[in-house]
Amino acid sequence: MSSSIKVILDKCIGCGLCVRACPFAAVTLVDKKAVINENCTFCGACVDACKKYQAIVITRLTFEAHDLSAYKGIAVFAEHRNGKLASVVPEIIGAGMSLKASLNVPLTAVLVGANVKPIAGELLEYGVDEVWMRDDQAIGDFAEDVQTDVVYRILREKKPEIFLGGGTIMGRSLLPRVASRTRTGLTADCTELEIDPDTRFLKQTRPAFGGNIMATILCQNHRPQMATVRHKVMKAAPKTGNKGGKIVDMNHIPVPEPGYEVLEFVEEKSDTVNIVEADFIVSGGRGVKDPKNFALLQELAREIGAALGASRAAVDSGWIPYSHQVGQTGKTVNPKIYIACGISGAIQHLAGMKSSDIIIAINSDRTAPIFDVAHFGIVGDLFEVVPEIIKRIKG
Amino acid sequence: MNIVVCIKQVPDTTDVKINPETNTLIREGVASIINPFDAYALEEAVRLKEKFGGTVSVMSMGPPQAEASLRDAVALGADDAYLLSDRAFAGSDTLATSYTLAAGVRKLGGVDVILMGRQAIDGDTGQTGPSTAENLGCPQLTDIRKIESVEADGSIVLQRVLEEGYVRIKVKPPVVITVVKEINEPRLPSLRGKMNAKKKEIVTWTAADLEVDSKRLGLTGSPTQVVKIFTPPKPSGGTIFEGSVTENVKDLIAELKAAGVILGAGKGE
Ligand SMILES: Cc1cc2nc3c(=O)[nH]c(=O)nc-3n(C[C@H](O)[C@H](O)[C@H](O)COP(=O)(O)OP(=O)(O)OC[C@H]3O[C@@H](n4cnc5c(N)ncnc54)[C@H](O)[C@@H]3O)c2cc1C
Ligand SMILES: Nc1ncnc2c1ncn2[C@@H]1O[C@H](COP(=O)(O)O)[C@@H](O)[C@H]1O
Repeated sequence: MSSSIKVILDKCIGCGLCVRACPFAAVTLVDKKAVINENCTFCGACVDACKKYQAIVITRLTFEAHDLSAYKGIAVFAEHRNGKLASVVPEIIGAGMSLKASLNVPLTAVLVGANVKPIAGELLEYGVDEVWMRDDQAIGDFAEDVQTDVVYRILREKKPEIFLGGGTIMGRSLLPRVASRTRTGLTADCTELEIDPDTRFLKQTRPAFGGNIMATILCQNHRPQMATVRHKVMKAAPKTGNKGGKIVDMNHIPVPEPGYEVLEFVEEKSDTVNIVEADFIVSGGRGVKDPKNFALLQELAREIGAALGASRAAVDSGWIPYSHQVGQTGKTVNPKIYIACGISGAIQHLAGMKSSDIIIAINSDRTAPIFDVAHFGIVGDLFEVVPEIIKRIKG
Repeated sequence: MNIVVCIKQVPDTTDVKINPETNTLIREGVASIINPFDAYALEEAVRLKEKFGGTVSVMSMGPPQAEASLRDAVALGADDAYLLSDRAFAGSDTLATSYTLAAGVRKLGGVDVILMGRQAIDGDTGQTGPSTAENLGCPQLTDIRKIESVEADGSIVLQRVLEEGYVRIKVKPPVVITVVKEINEPRLPSLRGKMNAKKKEIVTWTAADLEVDSKRLGLTGSPTQVVKIFTPPKPSGGTIFEGSVTENVKDLIAELKAAGVILGAGKGE
């Protein structure tokens, strides 16, 4: 028997509130009664919309409850490469700290790799209570499958109730695999995490549909509750020095053979900073008109120490490489300042930059949708405005 | 080389509008498309087949109307199409989806490479690929931007994007590969492809056709539940300068300063 959704025909007055509330176009009105089709994902939006008449009932049949009481504490995945902690890790530790305050449990970092002892020390300085460390020469930085298995075994033994990782390329590959092996839930790329104090459930909120809607997700009957966390959203934990945290060696955990061979790592140094990490971004769209004109944006970027971004239109025109593309099919960025030059602000572009702290738009068309999200906007020709800004900054 | 491409039918989000009264997505009249990333996966599969032979199958789990996307995929060069469709699959999260897809791939048999998109543009999770690999017990390599070569022993050499560069990896099939846009430029459907698509039989498998545990399907098999959906608060309209260029820039810099931001202060950091 699977879950079901039912319309109580006597109660349904055919008002259509449910039809409008449904994000999945799963409800239609037939002969003035709500009818639910295959698109339904049992999200419950219609049930909420029908509070007054209570004509829609969902019976949720979920995973059988397991013994959840055995699971305690919060753990975070300490992603690292080349001896350096990923910059998202202090942010997840920061997120973990606030959850710890609500749950009153220890906060631990899971660290696997070769020669990672110095990193363990650094993690303690960020204020974690413990580091579960598996340090072995055979664990390569890029051997994600090996790390997956070790992390899975550590979690199985230690049983944290919450496990968080960064929404990085590695995090979004390793955590799904660990979750799947554990057969627990995983919520991708969360922008908000909160504890329900009564149930101890982790309320995981994330954007979907390119940021058009937000969804809050629970994993009620399985542990750990797992989430990846979007970069640059959570406040990073400061380094306050080790206050009695300790390293727990997990040397008894076996290290499996890798499933593939890593041939080489090629670092790509572009003249611009990695836009995902950047605090300042100057971004250009079709309004820049010519690849040569990116030099003007580049100059502004240099003046303010910014990375160079672009809309898809600029990338598709071949003016700038794809690695600079911001948006739904490009990168999601979260800088302190995002300066959009000659970008109309299509919904797919906004999906990648809407959460920037300050958005500045420069566009000659006052009706461009970018002005709806901009904190500051200048209506004008970017070829006049940008040089003027550069002039002012240079003083 | 036998390849399966997992494609998801998604709303074409260029058309998605928000109803200002109810604050929900307006989906009426919104066209459905193949998830854009999956189109790149399909193109890569067709190119591999053109070079090395074998077959390209496309598979989708979804409601009956997902058939249209499978036909589109045939028009773009897929040989066979499989639709996993059953009321019991409804409400699947990525765990249940990947369990079901893996069962479909297993039933197909003899698959070397499973190609998928980096993420779907409706859910934006990117979890289905790795999770399908786990269910199949094979490695996954996500965010692949280039398949360099296929060696005599069948090993595949590819490039995986990372934040600060890329890694070159050699892997023996079976393997799940998820692709980024950079990997290729998808072709348009050919006339012959379109003709094929029209008459192609789309094989539909229900839960009963797959070797699956019904407890692991659909909402029942999904540990995560969406408990609330809401639209993000609308930004409350910023300050727009519409004067002369020099005035505008002066005002902007003054306003930024008032907000505690000095452009250029972070230079060299
Ligand atoms: C599935 C899908 C995924 C997509 N993913 C992305 C994505 O990831 N990222 C993305 O960016 N787009 C994406 N798009 C494309 C998106 O819909 C838009 O087409 C694109 O963002 C438009 O880019 P633009 O704003 O640069 O160009 P336009 O929309 O052409 O806007 C150019 C703007 O420049 C202004 N302008 C022109 N001249 C000047 C001047 N001299 N001074 C000042 N302003 C000037 C114009 O007024 C106009 O507003 C996607 C589309 C689809 C269908
Ligand atoms: N229902 C589905 N049917 C077929 N493939 C899917 C389905 N859902 C997800 N996928 C595949 O998994 C990838 C990642 O999707 P997601 O995890 O939903 O972001 C997509 O690009 C598809 O290749």
